[in-house]
Amino acid sequence: MSISDTDRTMAQALNDALREEMERDPRVFLMGEDIGHYGGVFGVTRGLFAQFGPERVRDTPISESGFIGAAIGAAAAGWRPVVEIMWIDFAMVAMDQIVNQAAKMRYMSGGQLKIPLVIRTQEGAGRGNGAQHSQSLESMFAQVPGLKVVAPSNPRDAKALLKAAIREDSPVLFIEHKLLYGFRGPVLPTDEVVPLGIASVVRPGSDVTILSLSRMVHFCLEAAQKLANMGIEAEVIDLRSVQPWDIDAVAKSVQKTGRLVIVHEAHRSFGWGAEIAATLAERGFDHLLAPIRRVCSDDVPFPYNRQLERAVMPDPQRIVTTVQELLRDYP
Amino acid sequence: MEGTFTHREEDHARQFLQWYELMLTIRRFEEQTIEWYQRGLIGGSLHPAIGQEAIAVGALDAVRPTDYMTMTYRGRGQALAKGASLEGVMAEVLGKASGLCKGKGGPMHITDVTHGIIGANAIVAAGIPIAVGAALAAHLAGDGRIAVTFFGDGAVNQGVFHEALNLAAIWTLPIVFVCENNLYSEMTPIREMVKNEAVSERAAAYRIPAAVVDGNDVAAVAETVGMAIDRARSGGGPTFIEALTYRFVGHMVGDPETYRSREEVAQWREKDPILQARRRIEAEGWATPESLTALDDRVTARIRTAAEQVLQAPEPDLEERLADVY
Ligand SMILES: Cc1ncc(C[n+]2csc(CCOP(=O)(O)OP(=O)(O)O)c2C)c(N)n1
Ligand SMILES: [Mg+2]
Repeated sequence: MSISDTDRTMAQALNDALREEMERDPRVFLMGEDIGHYGGVFGVTRGLFAQFGPERVRDTPISESGFIGAAIGAAAAGWRPVVEIMWIDFAMVAMDQIVNQAAKMRYMSGGQLKIPLVIRTQEGAGRGNGAQHSQSLESMFAQVPGLKVVAPSNPRDAKALLKAAIREDSPVLFIEHKLLYGFRGPVLPTDEVVPLGIASVVRPGSDVTILSLSRMVHFCLEAAQKLANMGIEAEVIDLRSVQPWDIDAVAKSVQKTGRLVIVHEAHRSFGWGAEIAATLAERGFDHLLAPIRRVCSDDVPFPYNRQLERAVMPDPQRIVTTVQELLRDYP
Repeated sequence: MEGTFTHREEDHARQFLQWYELMLTIRRFEEQTIEWYQRGLIGGSLHPAIGQEAIAVGALDAVRPTDYMTMTYRGRGQALAKGASLEGVMAEVLGKASGLCKGKGGPMHITDVTHGIIGANAIVAAGIPIAVGAALAAHLAGDGRIAVTFFGDGAVNQGVFHEALNLAAIWTLPIVFVCENNLYSEMTPIREMVKNEAVSERAAAYRIPAAVVDGNDVAAVAETVGMAIDRARSGGGPTFIEALTYRFVGHMVGDPETYRSREEVAQWREKDPILQARRRIEAEGWATPESLTALDDRVTARIRTAAEQVLQAPEPDLEERLADVY
């Protein structure tokens, strides 16, 4: 199957996925704030209200607990709601419904209930949005059994993964990045569905594995290019799903390169990178030639000031430096 | 004419006796589980609904098996009244493999999808928006189903209660909110925690019609909730019912009940819904005292037989702990 030359932005690719899934399955419907007539504050649901009407593209009051709860009830009754939480930071007001309800109902009911719910939201810093609109919280959700957590980095994956998420019978946190909505790339016009939990090697290399997801994949690719100019071949892996995460792909790459640098915009402490490092440690360091390194956001709330904000976050140069030092110290 | 009247009268008597039997079944069920709890056979905490049986039985009278329901950690009586199997609920309380939830839910999380029971909740008020969502599902499907959600007086101070009422109101959803006001939330009197005379006053803020009913009068509950169910089913939207009641036992088994007087409990015991129903049956001549005693014995025997059977049932396989997560 060849990649179409029709480039789409991330927002358009997500919109395509929603439209196609709603056309395919009448049980799929959308809920969220400003998603109807207005088309969503990031434009992801644009045109869907006109096509599907107010019952299936349902504007909600500013009641995240209430409408996530309602989506859970509808899902328990056989529907497949896709809810938009405008900013992941706002999901915090609905944590009971997400963590205590959606994630546990299948288990607590002994498998009687299925909760096919997708919570679409966006995260990330770098836009000067301040501490309550800049967090990357995927690790927090990945800690809860019963939730799946996905964070795509490009339009093709975004479309294919969103389609997969909508077809999942478990609740999925589908985390977009606020600074990627305008990012263009090819999408497959076909019905491509990428199963959750499979990483992709976005740049092959032999000297070091750089692992990340979402917007950081682009930073890693930029770093890899710079490293290549210095004669260092980095393999860049896009994890795509945090829960479940693709241990085989990571292990396979590390087996080849012997070095691992994990890059995430989530805070360093207890971030998903720690889980991956710990899992590799448990499996034995047989293939590791060097300690695992992490390039993550500092453990502070995101500051407003642009320079401070940039300094808190990972950037391509820090990734380059980390890899250089690793290769210098553990040749 | 006279024949018709007698016929109706007979129907009414039969229905009342059914309510009586179901209330008694719930009472004996709760007593059995309290005994088990005291013997250490039940984990965590156990919150019996003794004294509140008329609400479960009356409110669910006109509810169909296909209708949706959510309730609370105190909701095993409602599960039984909705049609869940006695053995299935009992086995779940004991954490047995044959429990409705394979022993993984426990007494606070009874779920029975085949009877529309999409879950009991241990988080105060959390089941309310979920029931609203089930009502939304019914609305989208246009299948004539409705949702009923049971919650306590304490739930009305949770934010999600207000969010859920508002959603049901703006979308005109087929749902009945049943607040079991037993005057206390855990150890705290509700009158100290709200300024309202009646908690149901809050429904008016969302333009939801409300009614207060004697929650210890099974016929009154059935009639009031029945009208709300009719309204929901015919597209009239949500209704809020506040059923005034009292729990005769502690918030949970082992509660020292220091927050209320013996006199208060004794006064309310006079209004025992089962006792009242029995007096009514005897006064109307719907059954003889002997046949009521026989009925009582039958219910007790049924509970005992089920209990003996369930106690022997196997524990879940240890592998079961890893199943049903995704
Ligand atoms: C969100 C939340 N806060 C606190 C508790 C602890 N808790 C359990 S039951 C209860 C009282 C609830 O009272 P009410 O809603 O009146 O129901 P009742 O127990 O009287 O049936 C409390 C505070 C809880 N389970 N969930
Ligand atoms: Mg109460």
